[in-house]
Amino acid sequence: MSVANQQDPTTQADAQAARQRWMGILAKASSDDLQQQWQALQLEPEYQFIRKPETGLTMLRGRLGGAGQPFNFGEMTLTRCAVRLSSGTLGVSYIAGRDKQHAITAALADALLQEADTATLLQNTLITPLAEKQAAQVQARAAAANSTKVDFFTLVRGED
Amino acid sequence: MYVAVKGGEKAIDNAHALMRSQRRGDSKVAELSVEQIRQQLPLAVDRVMNEGSVYDPELAALALKQASGDAVEAIFLLRAYRTTLPRFGYSEPLDTENMQIERRISGTFKDLPGGQILGSTYDYTHRLLDFALLAEGEAPSSPAEGSCTEAGELEDSLCELEACPRVLELLNKEGLIEQSRQPGEADETPRDLTREPVNYPAERAVRLQNLIRGDEGFLLSLSYAAMRGYGDSHPFAGEMRTGRVSVELVPEELGFPIEIGEVLVTESEMVNQFHGSKEQPPQFTRGYGLAFGRAERKAMSVALVERALRAGELGEEVLYPTQDQEFVLSHTDCVSANGFVSHLKLPHYVDFQSELEMIRRLRREIDTGESSARQANESSEEDNRR
Repeated sequence: MSVANQQDPTTQADAQAARQRWMGILAKASSDDLQQQWQALQLEPEYQFIRKPETGLTMLRGRLGGAGQPFNFGEMTLTRCAVRLSSGTLGVSYIAGRDKQHAITAALADALLQEADTATLLQNTLITPLAEKQAAQVQARAAAANSTKVDFFTLVRGED
Repeated sequence: MYVAVKGGEKAIDNAHALMRSQRRGDSKVAELSVEQIRQQLPLAVDRVMNEGSVYDPELAALALKQASGDAVEAIFLLRAYRTTLPRFGYSEPLDTENMQIERRISGTFKDLPGGQILGSTYDYTHRLLDFALLAEGEAPSSPAEGSCTEAGELEDSLCELEACPRVLELLNKEGLIEQSRQPGEADETPRDLTREPVNYPAERAVRLQNLIRGDEGFLLSLSYAAMRGYGDSHPFAGEMRTGRVSVELVPEELGFPIEIGEVLVTESEMVNQFHGSKEQPPQFTRGYGLAFGRAERKAMSVALVERALRAGELGEEVLYPTQDQEFVLSHTDCVSANGFVSHLKLPHYVDFQSELEMIRRLRREIDTGESSARQANESSEEDNRR
């Protein structure tokens, strides 16, 4: 996903790509990390719930043979929430798991990231640190996996 | 016929209280937390998620705790819980090719692009009990853990995994392995067996969904049988990979896909010899398995049985139970199987009484039949003597 210019997205596609990116980062953050960063911001936006946080299931799909026709794999829990700021901006969240506070905070952040006067602050102090932490976790996992990379070699058998 | 009984409330309450205290065990020993189960018994958690068919490690760990570690009971609890939740649609198909790989092996190709990564595995261990685990104290942690964030400990090259393209797709240039889809083939919406029952013959997508939530032991035994001679199966492990994949869905109110999190999955692709049919030349065919978490035995068993069930459509003779859809698919579910077997524990007093009566009656009839026959015999012998 491209990192679009978040402050002044020139096209709708850029704005959408930017929003997809931050929604993904908010969703993948651990709830603790998100709350910690969020509380440090000391933002207390006025909002009302369009949809109170609710937990449900989504059916995950896979593909036959990994790349073929879709099939239904199994369900996963997720929690969704929608808020409206007093400015009218709508914030939405869909988060894997059952953490309602995670969903509320992510929806609020999604709304504020669309507001011109809070977008930069949130990008720099919420999204960027969370994204960096996630990238570090990816790297740590990759390094752990890579340490087990193996070169098998076949032996020529004596009797052949 | 089942006739209900009444009463026993007090005894049942006491039995449940006894179960709770037994589950707790000796109160001098610290209580196990759900988080400890989740962290330290992750393979048990994965099994419950797979057969419970809900990805939620915390709920699966809770179910295991509540069920005293009985996997089938825990699976039942998770299945029951899922019925209380609303459904928010379907995810986009998971892109397992872009999995963040933590383990990836192939039994068919030594040198695959991206390499073989052993990850964490019980393979190659000696299966000797490790008495160090019996002693209290911390086990040594893995050597590479966190090394990438600590500068200088590991080379940078270790921090980036090479791309791992799907082996079987890649090695299909000769056309010796079947394709997972035809060029230009459009996606079809798969039927969902949690919404509508399985109809026979079931299509491949429905069969796979059924197998993935099926009992691991049953599928393992079926695939074993298929390889031993009851299924004409000669498989190779083409590729197996475990890692995290991103989950995306398209919320109605947004109209574009967003990432909602990640799931850890294991994918298995089996390659099977195929002698060819009227329509198809000899080639390798594929069986596919996918499972939540680190569940290689399950993913492989699914792939093997999945392939065996394709016998009919590949023009192979259906000779064995493992190739018989209706036999396999209607008996995979451990909740159904357990329910049906367990219901025999419930009072069947009236039922049994009626059968007892019947057996007594049959005995009487035989006895009277025998005695009348004996009488007849005796009288005829007397007649002869006369």
